[in-house]
Amino acid sequence: MTQTTGTPGGIAPTAPPLDAVEASGKAPRRGIRQSKWTPYFFVAAALILLITFTYVPAANLIWYSFTDWDGIDKTKDFVGFDSYAEIFTDPEIFRVFFVSLYYIAASFVQMALALYFATLLSFSTRFRNLFKGILFFPFLINGVAIGLMFLYFFQPGGTLDALLKGVGAGGLTTQWLGNPDAVNVSLAATSVWRYTGLNFVLFLGAIQSIPSQLYEAAELDGANRFQQFRFIIVPGIKRIISLSFILAISGSLAVFEIPFIMTGGANGSATFVIETIQRAFTFRQVGVASAMAVVLLIIVLVITFIQRRIAPDKEVELS
Amino acid sequence: MTTTASRRDTLDLTAPRVYVPPASHKVSSGFFGFLKYLTLVVACFVTVLPLFAIFMTSFKTRQEYATTGPLDPPSNWFNFANYVTAFTRGNMALGFLNTSIVMVLSLVGTILIGTMTAYAIDRFDFRFKKVVVALFLIATLVPGVTTQVATFQIVAGLGLFNSLWALVVLNLGTDIIAIYIFIQFMQSIPKEVDEAAMLDGANRFTIYWRVILPLLKPAIATVVIVKGIAIYNEFYLPYLYAPNPQLGVISTSLFRFQGPFGSQWEVISAGALIVIIPTLVLFLFLQKFIYNGFTQGATK
Repeated sequence: MTQTTGTPGGIAPTAPPLDAVEASGKAPRRGIRQSKWTPYFFVAAALILLITFTYVPAANLIWYSFTDWDGIDKTKDFVGFDSYAEIFTDPEIFRVFFVSLYYIAASFVQMALALYFATLLSFSTRFRNLFKGILFFPFLINGVAIGLMFLYFFQPGGTLDALLKGVGAGGLTTQWLGNPDAVNVSLAATSVWRYTGLNFVLFLGAIQSIPSQLYEAAELDGANRFQQFRFIIVPGIKRIISLSFILAISGSLAVFEIPFIMTGGANGSATFVIETIQRAFTFRQVGVASAMAVVLLIIVLVITFIQRRIAPDKEVELS
Repeated sequence: MTTTASRRDTLDLTAPRVYVPPASHKVSSGFFGFLKYLTLVVACFVTVLPLFAIFMTSFKTRQEYATTGPLDPPSNWFNFANYVTAFTRGNMALGFLNTSIVMVLSLVGTILIGTMTAYAIDRFDFRFKKVVVALFLIATLVPGVTTQVATFQIVAGLGLFNSLWALVVLNLGTDIIAIYIFIQFMQSIPKEVDEAAMLDGANRFTIYWRVILPLLKPAIATVVIVKGIAIYNEFYLPYLYAPNPQLGVISTSLFRFQGPFGSQWEVISAGALIVIIPTLVLFLFLQKFIYNGFTQGATK
């Protein structure tokens, strides 16, 4: 990669002096006034921040997870795997894994909707930019504003109830956020409302980068819209679909903002992250909270590893 | 368009192909066309309805809110009293000020640190480069919210708890996507540019500052938009690290509406809209950049 940039031609004037510099020995090739410390100077700030605020906390997390620390005490007692055992035996904690299932299911709905609308809008459509803008905009809105907006939407006598009454389905109303059977569906639906737009725009971008000759050739061959979708669009955006799925699933496990703002985790809507945060900062069980964070970290790493195996990412070539 | 050139040999085929688009229009104006627009309209309705409901509520008086339903329009569409109440009693001016401070400092820092890192990784060969790159890549996998359990101890240990600096520093320290966008863009700047400057006697820092940084403007614009929106919407970091009401950013100020305004939904709605409107205006003006920015940023 680094060596090929000079070859495509067109920059002939600089080429001869460059060769002269390269020929004059090894040291100047890297730069005339460059010591071997120069690159470290440029990465130093980022590296210090990265280590201080990502790697040191991650290492501390592992350490705390083997102690019974409360977050304040000077001493931390080593308790081995007790905290981990608690995660998988305490029904209070274990329950939150089931809450994640709602959000995983929601992410399937989200992907399907995004794919459907991206496919629709990839064909010529009237008011296309308007539709695209409306569908995408929720993704940009402040999470607290979304939370409050949907509190109003779901509250008794709120927007949703009024709508249902308006269409003669008033009997369907329930305590959308108070009924433990409904609360997670309501919150997951809010999440779909918020994030579908991002997936939709990503899919649409990928579909539009498929060369139009492919569609033209397919139409010549008599392929209908569904066949075009199945044999041109799907293979063309496979990579972005797989990536979005992984992000959606690890995102489903790490759901936090919407349920925290809307219910604070009440009525059985606590997610894994809400439970972790509450253990750490409300109940002062830093040991257990750390163990939970480590478990989440491991799950995310495993999912990512599986994804890299299934769909190797060709574009990761930073170096 | 390019196809006509490549298929010039099969000239007789191009003629019918010109008529293909009208044919496909016929398909979309039939039943499937109806279904297509129907689903689009329904989706837009579902998207807009929650927003529109608070929009109408925000113009209602206390009395009116109590007596009308969420889908009834307000009697006076120009009743801005709730906006005034929300803005003044909700301390939103302070929220916007604090958000601006955090945003400016974080963006300047992110741009400097991000471009410097990208410059080092893309333009130098050094011994631990692979290690550095791996550290950045692995860090993208760590879910930020949960590690706060331990990050909190570090921030508190540095004496940054309850200060806006905690937010700035954490915004800088967790930004890998910006670095990635800068590297991608820098790869498209030919190395000959650096080399020419070097022959003119510029040192590496001058090259970075005078040559590379100005050329990175489009990438910087992308990062400012994507990161700026993220900072504006950031809720958890300020909630955890700057609980002092004097340090309230726009998200935490709005979050505090739930307490004092209780069930005064007409005021809460106005507050939420005050937060949403700047985003909407920005989106209307910078649509294209925003789409591109998120497409680049999200696919990493």
